[in-house]
Amino acid sequence: MKFTKLAAAAVAAVITAAPVMADLVVPSLSYRTGPYAAGGIPFADGYADYLTLINERDGGVGGEKIKITECETGYNTEKGVECYEATKGDGALVYEPLSTGITYQLIPKATADNIPVHTLGYGRTSAKNGDVFSHVFNYPANYWDGASGMVNYLLETNNNDISGKTIALVYHNSAFGKEPIRTLEELGKKHGFKLTLLPVDHPGQEQKSQWLQIRREKPDYVLMWGWGVMNQVAVQEAANVRFPMENFIGIWWSGADHDVLPAGAAADGYKAVTFHGVGSDFPVYDDIKKYVVDAGKAAGSGDTVGSVLYNRGLYAAMLAVEAIKDAQAATGKSDITAGDLRDAMEGLEITEARMESLGLGGFGPEFKVTCENHGGDGLVGVAQWDATAKTWSLISDFKPTDSEVIDALIKEDSEAYAKENNIESRCN
Amino acid sequence: MFYREAGDFKTTYADDSQTFPIKFDRYRYWAVLAFAFLVVPFIINDYWLNAVVLPFLIYSVAAIGLNILTGYCGQVSLGSGGFMAVGAYACYKFMTSFPGMDIFSVILLSGFVTAAVGILFGLPSLRIKGFYLAVATLAAQFFLVWLFNKVPWFYNYSASGQINAPERTVFGYAVTGAETQAWAVYLVALVFVVVLAVVARNLTRGSLGRKWMAIRDMDIAAEIIGVNPMTAKLSAFAISSFYVGISGAMFFVLYLGAVEVGEAFGIGKSFIILFMVIIGGLGSIFGSFAGAAFMVLMPVLLKNVMVGQLGWATDLAAHFEFVIVGGLIIVFLILEPHGLAQLWRLAKEKLRLWPFPH
Repeated sequence: MKFTKLAAAAVAAVITAAPVMADLVVPSLSYRTGPYAAGGIPFADGYADYLTLINERDGGVGGEKIKITECETGYNTEKGVECYEATKGDGALVYEPLSTGITYQLIPKATADNIPVHTLGYGRTSAKNGDVFSHVFNYPANYWDGASGMVNYLLETNNNDISGKTIALVYHNSAFGKEPIRTLEELGKKHGFKLTLLPVDHPGQEQKSQWLQIRREKPDYVLMWGWGVMNQVAVQEAANVRFPMENFIGIWWSGADHDVLPAGAAADGYKAVTFHGVGSDFPVYDDIKKYVVDAGKAAGSGDTVGSVLYNRGLYAAMLAVEAIKDAQAATGKSDITAGDLRDAMEGLEITEARMESLGLGGFGPEFKVTCENHGGDGLVGVAQWDATAKTWSLISDFKPTDSEVIDALIKEDSEAYAKENNIESRCN
Repeated sequence: MFYREAGDFKTTYADDSQTFPIKFDRYRYWAVLAFAFLVVPFIINDYWLNAVVLPFLIYSVAAIGLNILTGYCGQVSLGSGGFMAVGAYACYKFMTSFPGMDIFSVILLSGFVTAAVGILFGLPSLRIKGFYLAVATLAAQFFLVWLFNKVPWFYNYSASGQINAPERTVFGYAVTGAETQAWAVYLVALVFVVVLAVVARNLTRGSLGRKWMAIRDMDIAAEIIGVNPMTAKLSAFAISSFYVGISGAMFFVLYLGAVEVGEAFGIGKSFIILFMVIIGGLGSIFGSFAGAAFMVLMPVLLKNVMVGQLGWATDLAAHFEFVIVGGLIIVFLILEPHGLAQLWRLAKEKLRLWPFPH
């Protein structure tokens, strides 16, 4: 009896949760719970705060207010699908799922529904080939750029010779963590270094055996593809086995403040690659403080402003807003559709002058999206953690990656996908 | 008044031993089937399919599978997630190796592959039982997940280890891949669920089911009355794994379309299916459905109420969801240890006496 009542209530609740048509709907598939929340919260806060800023300061984009519909995924693909289905009916313009697993699900679905997906520095790397992945954008850089950027940095610091060196890759044993393996293997062949693979299973709290192996084999460098709680554990374990921190480089998802803070002074010198600026020394932060934080409209608890992942969320929101502006300009109407936005994203051009006008001068590299290239130019910099000042600072500027190796891999992987799914070339 | 045996005369043995001996039950059963087949396909949309109906149907099959093993044969298993992974990866390999094969055969074959794997991991049950068997099946869970991560052949050497379901059609309508219609996917899942549930119901009523239950209740006594423990236990493992494998295959091709083993088929999945069976009711096919409905609907309902209606922050709602679902599980287990199926049985008893209770 109880159950039938509950079922009736369920039906009623689901029906009444029907979509509300609003102006410019930007869903935020966030995760503020679970083992990956440490990374999910600042990103979601930055994403939401920038959109709030646009609403508060500029009155929306082109006169249309932005409506953010947040949906908790918990980094779980099943919940991600539910969130996608629940939000797409509202007229969602663009998805930013912040999960490689959810991205893989959304690629075919969003393509069929004509909604663009922007995967900023994550997701399926071969989606850079816009000829095959028409609705997926991973500008300004992807995982393989990250891997190559790391190797380039090592080359730079070793007088262009890393042959005979050993490099260990500590990675999250999932689609996300496996992405760089093939690139690193290819680069290993090219530059003559030896690669050791050390997978860490979800959620990543248990890494004793991996670091014991590192202690025993003493690789020259350790690279890491970690996310969530795995990062802090890895940095702590590296400190425990006294691995020199300056030889430990993480991907941009392993380079946030909360990843290194728990290890305290031992984390000093840890490095991570990045594709955007660090810190809050940009004019846009004054506006965020004035219009969002001080007005009490900050997302979450408002304590993540200026952190690495907050910046990244803000960057993602900025790129989305710029694309919306382009779409409005191209169509001549303010109330654009997801399809209009996709077309605009395909022609998006971010220049230094444009970032300057937004109060983000020098924040990220310049790039231009084309039909064939949905991934930007893949410029990668390196940031280093200073444990006494508790700040990240850029120690290597945004530099190009090994496109010779990466482009071949992208071509191979995307063509395999195109063949499996009968996708025809559309760019010519 | 409506729910009574009186006046419903059985003149054949077949009539007497049918699944629903009471007329009202029979009509209700046909009414539910008619609604599911004739009404739902016309009203279902993507949200209902992917957020509610499809997970419910797929988890129901998995719960029936585990119920056969745990509820009917008394062998505790924590390996359901691993067996679902076997179904999904078998399905993927069949789909990519034999592109001409239709989706029904692919899913069925995946079930048979899983059944074989299930027999293999069921062998320890001949010697160990109870908690020790649970640990042995836990080993199956971890081993299978590790295997599908480790051996690239299973995911066709793709860079990320993800498997993606290519498009397949039934009578010209796409049921897997991107261009699917909600009703088509729903009908494929529904056909599997109905057929499998009917088969399971009849298996458990027949001699095989009686053997399982004899083993469950007291294995030594069962052996003395002539039940072969080896065939009974291994058949339970095989049939249970067949069901779980089919649910895994459907989970992959119909529901998610792209999975990676550690995330989709981890130990959490085994626990969820076990919870479904326990909350729904051990040793009951209806209980499997009720348990699956509880575990699938509850979070969606709570989320829609707390975020959609009350406008709470999403993280607060997600945390409350854990608290409420966890609390409800405890309440159910205390108030009704035999699960939702027992509530349903009691309701039927009361209905039978209504309106003149003792």
